[in-house]
Formats: sequence, C-alpha cells, structure tokens
Amino acid sequence: MITRKVTRKWEKLPGKNTFCCDGRVMMGRQKGVFYLTLFLIVGTCSLFFAFECPYLAVHLSPAIPVFAVLLFVFVMAMLLRTSFSDPGVLPRALPEEANFIEMEIEAANGNVMAGQRPPPRIKNVQINNQIVKLKYCYTCKIFRPPRASHCSICDNCVDRFDHHCPWVGNCVGKRNYRYFYLFTLSLSLLTIYIFAFNIVHVVLREYRNIFEHVVSLTPHCTVLEVLVCFFTLWSVVGLTGFHTYLISLNQTTNEDIKGSWSGKNRVQNPYSHKSIIKNCCEVLCSPTYPSVLDRRGVMLEDLSSPTPSDASAASTHQSSNPVSQTTKSSAPLIPNEHTPDEAKPGIGSGTQKSTSSPKEEKPPSPTSPNAVAPAVIKESSH
Amino acid sequence: PADTFHNLQELRHSASLATKVFIQRDYSDSTICKFQTKFPAELDSRIERSLFEETVKTLNCYYGEAEKIGGQSYLEGCLACATAYIIFLCMETRYEKILKKISMYIQEQNEKIYAPRGLLLTDPIERGMRVVSFANTWDVFLSVGTTLKELCTIYKL
Repeated sequence: MITRKVTRKWEKLPGKNTFCCDGRVMMGRQKGVFYLTLFLIVGTCSLFFAFECPYLAVHLSPAIPVFAVLLFVFVMAMLLRTSFSDPGVLPRALPEEANFIEMEIEAANGNVMAGQRPPPRIKNVQINNQIVKLKYCYTCKIFRPPRASHCSICDNCVDRFDHHCPWVGNCVGKRNYRYFYLFTLSLSLLTIYIFAFNIVHVVLREYRNIFEHVVSLTPHCTVLEVLVCFFTLWSVVGLTGFHTYLISLNQTTNEDIKGSWSGKNRVQNPYSHKSIIKNCCEVLCSPTYPSVLDRRGVMLEDLSSPTPSDASAASTHQSSNPVSQTTKSSAPLIPNEHTPDEAKPGIGSGTQKSTSSPKEEKPPSPTSPNAVAPAVIKESSH
Repeated sequence: PADTFHNLQELRHSASLATKVFIQRDYSDSTICKFQTKFPAELDSRIERSLFEETVKTLNCYYGEAEKIGGQSYLEGCLACATAYIIFLCMETRYEKILKKISMYIQEQNEKIYAPRGLLLTDPIERGMRVVSFANTWDVFLSVGTTLKELCTIYKL
C-alpha cells in the first residue's frame, strides 16, 4: 500500500489568492484593510451593545437591542460571504486549449509580414444587436467572456468583474456581487441605526439629568460611536447609492469607470433589459452560480506505480467516461491534461529508451495547475 | 535510424494536436451559458451532424434551465437572503442539482454515442464553462499501431 500525500487542487491554482480552511475560504492577497473593516464593525457594535443597549432596553424597548443584534449578524454574514467566496474566477486555459486558440488566431490573421506587428487579438461578437469586442488575456490565454476582466491584484480573470475591494479583501464579481451589495446596504442601515440611537441615548440622558439636576458627562464611548458612525455614513451610504444606480442600469463599476456604455458613438449597454425592475431582478435574484474552480478536488500525487484498486476507488464521482478507465490499464494514456507528465506517452517513452535518443518535447506543464490524474474526486464547492 | 525517429516524433506531435476539438461559447443571447451548435469540420468523418447538434442543444437547454430567472429562483433567493445565506451551507442550490444532471447526461452520451465512435466528450465545468471539448481516443491506437510497424521494420521482424 503506497501512502499518498493528499494534495487538493487549490494548492496548485495559479494567481495570487490566499486560501484558508483547506480550500474552503478564498481571499485576495492584501488582507490588512479587511481586518480594519472587521475591527471597526465589531468594535463599534460591541460598544453599542455594552453601553447603550442596557439603557435603551430598560428605558425605551427591549426590541431595540434585539433588532440591532439581527442586523449585526446579517452584516457580518454578508461581509464574510463577500470576502471568503470565489468571485467568479475563470480558470486559465490548459495547454491544449491555449494551443487550439493560438492556431485559430493564426489562421484568422493570415500571413504577417516580417517586422510588422501582428494585429491585436480581438474577437467580435454580437450581443443584442450590438458588437462587443472580446479581448485576449495573455496571462490566462483565453478570450475573455463579455464583462470579464483581469484583476492585477489577484492575477485572475474574473467573470462580470466589478472591482477589487480592499475593504473586503477580495474581488467583487459575478458570484459575490449580491453579497457585496447587501453588505453595503445592511451596513448603511446598521450605521444609521446606531447613530440614531446614540443621539436618542444622549438626548434622553441629558433630559433626565435636567429634571434631576444631575450633571452628567456623555460617556466617552457614545462620542466615539457617533464619530465612527458619522464618517462611515457618508462613505457607505454613498457607496450603496452608487451601486443601486449601477444595478438599476445593469452595469459594473469597471464598465462605468471605463465609460463603456456612456452613449458616445451610439454605444448602448447590451446587457440592460431597459427596465429597472428587470435589471434589479437579474442582478439580485438570479440563481447562485457555482464556482468552476473546484478548489477542494483531490489531486493524487505519486503516480509512478498506480494500483488499479486505488484508481477505481477514487473515481466514484468522476464525470468523464468509463473509456478512460479501461484505457488506463490496457493502453497508453491519452496525452491530454488529465495525464501527469510522468505517465505521458507510455509506448513513446519505452521506444525512446530502447533507441536511447533525447526525449521528445513535452507540453510545458510541469507547473500546470490542473495536471490531474484521471482518478479525481470532485467535491462540491460554493 | 534517425529518419524513422523523426517521423515518429512528428506523428505523435500531430496526433496530440489533433486529439481535441473545442466548441466555444455562443454569446448572442447575452452572457447566459450557451454553446455554439455549428458543426466543426474536424468531426465531419467521425460523427453524424444530427447527433452532435442534439447533444449540444440538450446541454444548452440544461444550462438555460439552470440560469432561468423565474419563480423558483426568486423563491430560492428570497429564502436564502432571509437566512443571511446560511442555508446554502446545508442546502444544494438548483444550479448545482442541474449540474449533476448534466454530468450524468454527458456520461450517458459518452457511453452510448461517443465512445463507440472513438470520441470523448468532457464536461464544460472542467474547463471553466468556456468550452465543450471532444477528445479523439483513436489517434492513440493509430500512433501505437504505426509505432509498432516502424519498430518491426527497424528490427526486420
């Protein structure tokens, strides 16, 4: 029995993401500002619950702290969902797909004169009677789907790329945009709530003190909370308003900044349904897209002496066909990205050894992230 | 003999290049997941056009159903939002259920239609939903047969 070290696919993913909890959590690279966000929210709310809530619960209503707790839990859940989930990263093209696309480009460009720069790699597609240009990404070696963009901080192409948010420490893209929006919305509500009840608290206290002729200094923490809330209000409420505007037009921050659909040259947004309600429904109520990264899939290492029993045991969830399993034991493996480099053209390397000639050129994938053996366990990830 | 070896190398190189055909996404209907039904020339001799179109159209139907914005997606969205999306930690989304159906469909298609014709259809989710790829399983046997023939001529068997 050969002991294998279990490597999960997230360990071999290119790009500059950070992974935690064995691939369940995925974040961007710089996390400092995210910790600041956490600290501000948790800190301010703790002060509120500790100092304001007892007074307000007794003198006004116990529903006030209860609602504050619910709102706080919602804000934290949205923040963690935005920060920890896959924003919609598009995996890089494996060597065969990249070669196929290269061949297509060369065929389309025809002969380029020596010394001339080759034409830019652009594909035109028609969406809703509008020509949209798809750009080629040299890092990921794919033509980016419409609305996708490459994030330089995370070094990934992200689908429906909105922006990279340092406050949540992650990109905001197709999969986590609604969580980001709900986070800003609920945080605005929470900030307004805390701000309002701080004012109420101060007013009530001073009012009572006037009657009882007791001098009281407004507690320091109340002042602190009011300050934090005041500055947060302007930025977060403004951001929520801006994203509400974008959602109603079905635009991304990226498109807005670049002015893609600003209307000059008669260019209109081809993704908009021309109705605010329909646009909101599409952005907020569309089905949750699955992650295509399969971070927690297992990669089997140490395939120099594979045993058929292990292969069959590990391939219970595999979605590729039984043909590859029969060929694995009886014929050389199909030279595609599912075969690790050591096991590539079996007969070929045997022939080469007997004729003792230099090895043939293998596809450049020693560091390929998805050099997965045919027996791969696919686990669902969100 | 050096010539024989170079022929082998070229054969293997061309075989590995010819092993895969990629069907790209069709973006005419905006960004929903849909694949082009145009029949590629490389598959001309390998599979009937109608079978190929049937497969791709069925896949497009499945994806269309998964991404449909209607009553069920509203319900799922609202319920999930009300629980701060914590329910997704225990529940499988509709999209994931349909993806499982798709992978079973692809397995069935491979068993019944594509394996007998020496082709292997891969699930688009393994390629980031970008392409549907058809791999050529018979080129390997072709190159093995040719290699054995060359070996025989080398060693005069």
